[in-house]
Amino acid sequence: MSTPVARSTGANAMIGLAFVFAGMALVVPMVLIFSFAFREGLTAYLGAILQPDTLHAIFLTVLTALIVVPINMVVGVALAWLVTRFTFRGQQLLVAIIELPAAISPIVAGIVYLFLYGNQGLLGPILQPLGLQVMFTPLAIVLVSLFVTAPYVARELVPLMRQQGTDDEEAALSLGANGWQMFFHVTLPNIRWGLVYGAVLTNARVMGEFGAVSVVSGSIRGQTNTLPLQINLLFNDFNIAGSFAAASTLALIAVLTLVLKSALEAWEQK
Amino acid sequence: MAQHRSKHLLPGFGLSMGVSLFYLTLVILLPLAAMLLKVAGMGMPEFWRIVSSNRALAAYRVTFGSALVATVINGVVGLLLAWVLTRYRFPGRRLLDALVDLPFALPTAVAGLVLVTLFDDTGWYGQFLEPNGVKVNYTQLGIICAMTFTSIPFVVRAVQPVLEEVDIDFENVARTLGATRLQVFSRIIWPAILPAFIGGCVLSFARSLGEFGAVVFIAGNLPGLTEIVSLLIFIRLDEYNYEAAAALAFVLLVVAFATLIATNLLAAWQVRYVERRA
Repeated sequence: MSTPVARSTGANAMIGLAFVFAGMALVVPMVLIFSFAFREGLTAYLGAILQPDTLHAIFLTVLTALIVVPINMVVGVALAWLVTRFTFRGQQLLVAIIELPAAISPIVAGIVYLFLYGNQGLLGPILQPLGLQVMFTPLAIVLVSLFVTAPYVARELVPLMRQQGTDDEEAALSLGANGWQMFFHVTLPNIRWGLVYGAVLTNARVMGEFGAVSVVSGSIRGQTNTLPLQINLLFNDFNIAGSFAAASTLALIAVLTLVLKSALEAWEQK
Repeated sequence: MAQHRSKHLLPGFGLSMGVSLFYLTLVILLPLAAMLLKVAGMGMPEFWRIVSSNRALAAYRVTFGSALVATVINGVVGLLLAWVLTRYRFPGRRLLDALVDLPFALPTAVAGLVLVTLFDDTGWYGQFLEPNGVKVNYTQLGIICAMTFTSIPFVVRAVQPVLEEVDIDFENVARTLGATRLQVFSRIIWPAILPAFIGGCVLSFARSLGEFGAVVFIAGNLPGLTEIVSLLIFIRLDEYNYEAAAALAFVLLVVAFATLIATNLLAAWQVRYVERRA
């Protein structure tokens, strides 16, 4: 890290300006969420949260995250292992494909799934006669959530594993460990914080995804509404207190995400 | 791939390759192919008629124009934040650093809800702006605000690590040799961070183009005036006009590919710059 420069008036002005911007653009919005959510007291807040549709939206959001995060953690580790431990033809292409979902607009992410599993899609007309309805069900929400967060874990692990190199793993193998022993006793402990961080980011995005989910969910109240869709629905119903109550749960997760991230970074620097 | 196996010291090539290819094919490539097939089956005249309709052109104008303004704002503010965070030590620095990531962690729908409430004519900000004739909600200004908020971290996070690597000794030497602060910045610092800065701006612009959740709350969604491309696609879907939705989505997809290529080229440029320096 660079040595700090002696602070001048200009420096103080810049620091002040940075705080004013961060205060107005970031802190005030967070304060607003919680102050609006609790404006009518704790009882009203709990009443809004415990409303059946909102409760079901929370359930569906948590369920989606519980399915998507572990899958993308496993796949993220496999992808990172593949591109950092081996060289093979088409490696660049593979890395580019992993990164694709991050560049694609959420609406487009939803659309591509619609054209695969929808009525007029590629597989929809084949699957539907078999009784397998994907579109407008929780399964579709899980699939688009996998898509939009596909790069997150690999993105954290690839630079980390590249930097760590393969010495530890080769040592374990030469001492007689088999592949899985090496993985669970050497690789996994080495990458655990990066993996946790990737999972935290994946979770935040899955729980908050709006555009892609709104295309594939069908937004059926009490059935395929996730929390972000429920916020929109309540807002359109002019139920401001309800929408802020629902929003406060996601805002809380966002705050926890940031706290965890800072803690993990501080841990790494030690 | 078998010919590579002898070179591999570590196990798990087959397994990790299998898992990766299976997943990427099923989750990413197959859906993308389905949409491309839909567009390819459409015929050029039909495709062209949809993507160059007046309503689509107006939506491009609103989307690209707003994204451009948001990117300029984030370029300036992002540079300031990155500079302050890397160059100075002050109380609250870690908090400021953590806050920068808030727009990534906060769901876009929550961001949209907050912004539309802040800028409401009785809202915390709107009550001061509206009497002065500044209307944010349901205007293009609102779209710009939403896009700016959701893409704040990109430039900061792109520039920050590069700025940390710029050698302070180099700057001090230049200063003792009589260079002014401005000269040090424009001759030493700026060239070093330029690729990362542009890269951050490209990501910020791409994110703004695709932003949907935050924008729908605040835009008011008037065709031609505050209707962004993502929303027009959504409306076409609601009308069961899947062809039009596919064609417009294809336009956004092409732009996404272009930004992906641009960011990769910029990253390569940054690497070359560092190597030349070393």
